[in-house]
Amino acid sequence: MAGHVSIQYPHSPVNRTMKESEPRLVKWLLITAALGFLCLFLVLPLVAIFIKAFEKGSAVFSAAISSPDALSAIRLTVLVALITVPLNAIFGVAAAWAVTKFNFKGKSLLITIIDLPFAVSPVIAGLVFVLLFSSHGIFGPWLQAHNIKIIFEVPGIVLATLLITLPFVARELIPLMQTQGTADEEASMTLGASGWKTFLLVTLPNIKWGLLYGIILCTARAIGEFGAVSVVSGHIRGVTNTMPLHIEILYNEYQFSAAFAVASLMSLFAIFTLVVKNLIEWKAKKSMVSEEGGF
Amino acid sequence: MARLQSMKMKRVGVLPGFGLSLGFTMFYISLLVILPLSMVFINTVSVEWAKIWQTISDPRVMASYKLSIGASLTAACINVVFGVLIAWMLVRYRFPGARIVDGLVDLPFALPTAIAGIALTTLYTKNGWLGQFLSFKVAFTPLGIIMALTFIGLPFVVRTVQPVLQNLDQEMEEASASLGANRLQTFVKVIFPELLPAALTGFALAFARALGEYGSVVFIAGNMPMRTEITPLLIMTKLEQYDYAGATAIAAVMLIFSFILLLIINLLQWRTNRKFI
Repeated sequence: MAGHVSIQYPHSPVNRTMKESEPRLVKWLLITAALGFLCLFLVLPLVAIFIKAFEKGSAVFSAAISSPDALSAIRLTVLVALITVPLNAIFGVAAAWAVTKFNFKGKSLLITIIDLPFAVSPVIAGLVFVLLFSSHGIFGPWLQAHNIKIIFEVPGIVLATLLITLPFVARELIPLMQTQGTADEEASMTLGASGWKTFLLVTLPNIKWGLLYGIILCTARAIGEFGAVSVVSGHIRGVTNTMPLHIEILYNEYQFSAAFAVASLMSLFAIFTLVVKNLIEWKAKKSMVSEEGGF
Repeated sequence: MARLQSMKMKRVGVLPGFGLSLGFTMFYISLLVILPLSMVFINTVSVEWAKIWQTISDPRVMASYKLSIGASLTAACINVVFGVLIAWMLVRYRFPGARIVDGLVDLPFALPTAIAGIALTTLYTKNGWLGQFLSFKVAFTPLGIIMALTFIGLPFVVRTVQPVLQNLDQEMEEASASLGANRLQTFVKVIFPELLPAALTGFALAFARALGEYGSVVFIAGNMPMRTEITPLLIMTKLEQYDYAGATAIAAVMLIFSFILLLIINLLQWRTNRKFI
């Protein structure tokens, strides 16, 4: 599953004696090295974004994020996420249901194909839709005859984002539903519940944290995708510019403060994503503990 | 046990929705994954072989393969070393702020890559916060590309090694210590071999992601032909020149490489899971 790591269900820390641990000096050297690396690669860039955003004062900042081009980029980005995330969430649930509740031939091949978008370069994910739908593509002449535009327009952006974010929810749910097995659903069916009722009242509560986590990762990627969208977008300000593309244009025009102002908005969302992810892990751990304690 | 198994097998048939869920899944991936990706190969096959070969073996393209593979490998190696170190610290040590650090590791997954690109570039240009203290150039050199790819790949190694480390049986370390091994010997001979499959998986994941990465690299790379031009950027350049055949041929090379990597990763993960779960 190239490109993705599943939710962690933390274990409680183990108490250990001095004998099985490193000397204190080594321990603190290791911690310093690790924290130093994290500061250099993660903290410093994050701090730089916010400082650069406010470097020329809050007037420049608020002008940058409330300009018509920025607002239309925000609107387009939200629109793309609102279309792609629900579709990929439904796909993820359906794929996980098929893969984990039934046995059939070619199952591992199917899982590998679901993983494929993780291994594909974003640029190629955009390119393939150009090959399909641009005026030189195989459906190009037909689309032109019917006056339908996909490439360099919003539908192209939606398609490229759909391909890039396709595995996120499925990849989260498959391992989770595999460990949960089918016993709960079978009990519900045996007691006379319908298939949909079983899914809504038994399966969905069981997978809710994993599903939510997948949706959050999917949203973060859908909003931030740059390479694939860059290939299929017309780069027209106010029309086909998403937030990352808008940042690129500002940056290349040397409007650094404005670029970082929009970037800081997206970084805030990234931090929000991380906080929610940790809350979910905490909740998942708590519900696992309370289940164990309940018996 | 056998009876239980056969009962289980029978009861699998009770659940509904097989046709619906598998049908929808197949329809969805055919439309969005299989059909689009097969276009790369269909389009490549329709061009004559000599012309494809000329495109994909052009010196400028060859230089981009070397750079992409070299920088991705270097970044993945850095990620393995520091990824294992960070995972070790998070699992084994208690220190103030551990929870925040643990959450922060996923930042590269959450932060849009283009933003990572402009932030790193700003830090490492000649007048940047860090660039001004360095006697060598980082931004607009292969070193800058490695920095960006290291950022992108960091969570992969940490998040694959961390659960394995958590589930590691403590008794082996105790046995090793009681038999007179010092801490370093125990780590090298007892702990490290257990971590190796997970570390390799993380390495392969980070490498695969780095190879295709575009957003974070284009800003810091400088994009000079033959020197700091990565392969995905070359596809982009060809597309902008409406050289669809050229772009597709290079994409086919990259896709085949990615497929092979995906196969290796699946194999590694299968081995890791068999060992630990």
